[in-house]
Amino acid sequence: MNEILRFEHVFLNYHSLQGETPAISDLSFSVREGEFVSVIGPSGCGKTTLLSLISGLMPASSGKIVLDGDPVTKPSASISYMLQRDQLFPWRSIYKNVTLGLEIKHIKTPDHLARIEDLLKKYGLWEFRNARPRQLSGGMRQRAALIRTLALDPRILLLDEPFSALDYQTRLSVCDDVAAIIASEQKTAVLVTHDISEAISMSDRIFVLSRRPATLKNIYETGLKDFGPPLKRREHPSFPVLFEKIYREIRDDETKEKAKL
Amino acid sequence: MRQKKKPSSEQHEKFLKGIRKKKTLVTCLRVLLLVFLLGLWELCAFFNLIDTYITSSPSRIFATIGELIREWDLFTHAGITLLETLEGFFLSMLIGTGAAILLWSFDTLWKVLEPYIVVLNSLPKIALGPVIIIWCGTGTKSIVVMAILICVIITLLNMLTAFRSCEEEKILLLRSMGANKFQILVKLVLPASLPSFISVLKINVGMAWVGTIMGEYLVSRAGLGYLISYGGTVLNLDMVMASTVVLCFLAAAMYACVALLEKLVRRRD
Repeated sequence: MNEILRFEHVFLNYHSLQGETPAISDLSFSVREGEFVSVIGPSGCGKTTLLSLISGLMPASSGKIVLDGDPVTKPSASISYMLQRDQLFPWRSIYKNVTLGLEIKHIKTPDHLARIEDLLKKYGLWEFRNARPRQLSGGMRQRAALIRTLALDPRILLLDEPFSALDYQTRLSVCDDVAAIIASEQKTAVLVTHDISEAISMSDRIFVLSRRPATLKNIYETGLKDFGPPLKRREHPSFPVLFEKIYREIRDDETKEKAKL
Repeated sequence: MRQKKKPSSEQHEKFLKGIRKKKTLVTCLRVLLLVFLLGLWELCAFFNLIDTYITSSPSRIFATIGELIREWDLFTHAGITLLETLEGFFLSMLIGTGAAILLWSFDTLWKVLEPYIVVLNSLPKIALGPVIIIWCGTGTKSIVVMAILICVIITLLNMLTAFRSCEEEKILLLRSMGANKFQILVKLVLPASLPSFISVLKINVGMAWVGTIMGEYLVSRAGLGYLISYGGTVLNLDMVMASTVVLCFLAAAMYACVALLEKLVRRRD
């Protein structure tokens, strides 16, 4: 498979009155087209910063980020963001919410609108297109948020802990939902999460980051891609083994951090 | 999801009945309270327990309103005051919100102007009365300017706070879609601030009346404020009270309009 995204020795420093804080240090990796990658690490290690870098909302202090052969400098149409909580606008109908991106880019063409209609129908939200977000369940709202993300037909989806606001039951079923939709639309996805089970059950590869300044510690292949939906993958014998490994790795890192303090 | 209407049980009927009963009770008590106070006032006046020269009485106020309509052209006065208030109200909303948009867009401008705006906010605007008269003359203009001065700063500060409290994550979402600052303003910040706008409207209904009446005390030859201040000067308390009652009704009507608008907006989301 082709490489779609590459980080080459990327550094990022935050500047504040208190001084300069290195957030990301010498990060290099690449993501292949159609791959589902999770980024995991101790809390506050700069996972969200990583997504801001990919999406071009924030320039790197040094190093190179290459998307589809071109360096990333500003928000690009081939990247779409899905955030914590659905962030649907309560005063817009579901339809108006999912077409927001088209509105911003002034591309509400029949082509694009037909695509949105397809997506809404395919994922069971067409009957609810005129409803307000608050009239929908948490899972449905999350699906609407995903369709809004897909509306611009991006090549890469960035998912920033998109399930963290859901209760556990909903979360499991939304994970299955989202994974199925992303797979059937053949998108590349980068998921940031602090939930190890979620990372293992959803992705092809897992990047483990170290504590701040974040650097790549390890990459795990889950090898669970052909084992059914995420919920089913949790039953695979290699699931607990991998969980244990990653858990130890992150915990050791956090313990070292505390020892240092 | 909205709940479907189910055939309600006897218990639920009882519950609803209880709530209705309480509502009726409150309305009745409200009316009774007014009737009681007015009656007490009237009786005290009738039996000469109070000096009606100073306190007036409901019946005299009622008679005076009739007299004012016949001999003083009350409706013209009320109309003038209402018009001045509406002018001050709408202009201050327009100027205040416009300035807030400007200051939201240019952060440095806000940083520069902040101390001046804060001082202006705490300054009692009535102190500017003489300056306003000298600058704007002794006509309607001064009155409207006074009303605007009283409302505009509070509008600006409240709207700016509302703009700023817009969720950072939603802004991030729009930025990742490639939105520019103007689009963020129009698609997100303004619609998200609509509830705050309504509550500022509600505050300003009261404030605009304060400004207008104050302005009329200062300069006017017509309007309810003029009638009140004239009545006070010639110790015609009936006139003062009657004009105040009319003022009450006008202010309440304007508040009701804003409340209605709020209801319509609430239905939006």
